[in-house]
Amino acid sequence: MSKTHITAEPGIPQITITRGFNAPRDLVFRAHIEPELVAQWLGPRDLTLAIDRWEARDGGTWRYVHTDVHGNTYGFHGVFHGNPSPQAIVQTFEFEGAPGHVALQTATFDDRGGSTLVRTVSAFQSVEDRDAMVASGMERGARDSDERLAELLAKLQSS
Amino acid sequence: MTGDRLSLVFGALADPIRRAILTRLTEGEATVAELAAPFSVSQPAISKHLKVLENAGLVSRTRRATARLSRLEAGPLREVTTWLARYQQFWDESHERLDDLLTALQAGQEEGPGQQQAAIAKGNDDE
Repeated sequence: MSKTHITAEPGIPQITITRGFNAPRDLVFRAHIEPELVAQWLGPRDLTLAIDRWEARDGGTWRYVHTDVHGNTYGFHGVFHGNPSPQAIVQTFEFEGAPGHVALQTATFDDRGGSTLVRTVSAFQSVEDRDAMVASGMERGARDSDERLAELLAKLQSS
Repeated sequence: MTGDRLSLVFGALADPIRRAILTRLTEGEATVAELAAPFSVSQPAISKHLKVLENAGLVSRTRRATARLSRLEAGPLREVTTWLARYQQFWDESHERLDDLLTALQAGQEEGPGQQQAAIAKGNDDE
């Protein structure tokens, strides 16, 4: 339906991700709180996702492990704060490879008349944490960066 | 690339004049006067922007005869785009999969539960 927009501003320890989905708000919300649905979409196709816990309620905990084709595992866990609703799902997020570096993640679901805009804001403890998170959690798939560079330069020219 | 360096690069890219300077430098080296020409800002202002770009490692300065030339250094841009590309790819792919799932769930709702695969039918039963 629409493209995923990621905003990471300099000097601000946040990342904002927005994406529109061609589905009603309740359904998009459910796909975020029911573990058997989450398991079907979270992460790229070449990572296997195993959800240990996904207790979407106030004080509930969650944990999942991503495994890549080489057998490397990446564990993540956190806690839900407040009962999740389409107004907000609030949860902490911690990469087990960097314990103590915790992000606070808030997802909101905006009804756009049949379609839904999902906005996720991740607030990190520092800009360094944010940058390290982005770099470390997503180690695989550093594909053709020259192509990306060309795209960026094209963008620079048109802006 | 350290977080600080990344912040410097992002900070340098945040200004439209600095982006225009980088764009001009993709065509080749240029003097401050050449870089200032398209803008209604002074050469000292352009020099200031060049300093920011230089600190971020995006521009280097060389001297040819009496002219001081600025040159694009693409390395940091490559690091930034690689950094972002990984994250972007993770979420692009997740969201494409979510799109597919939502389409399947909606089709399932029209047909009634039990006709989709087990996990999806279970989702419908919760309603």
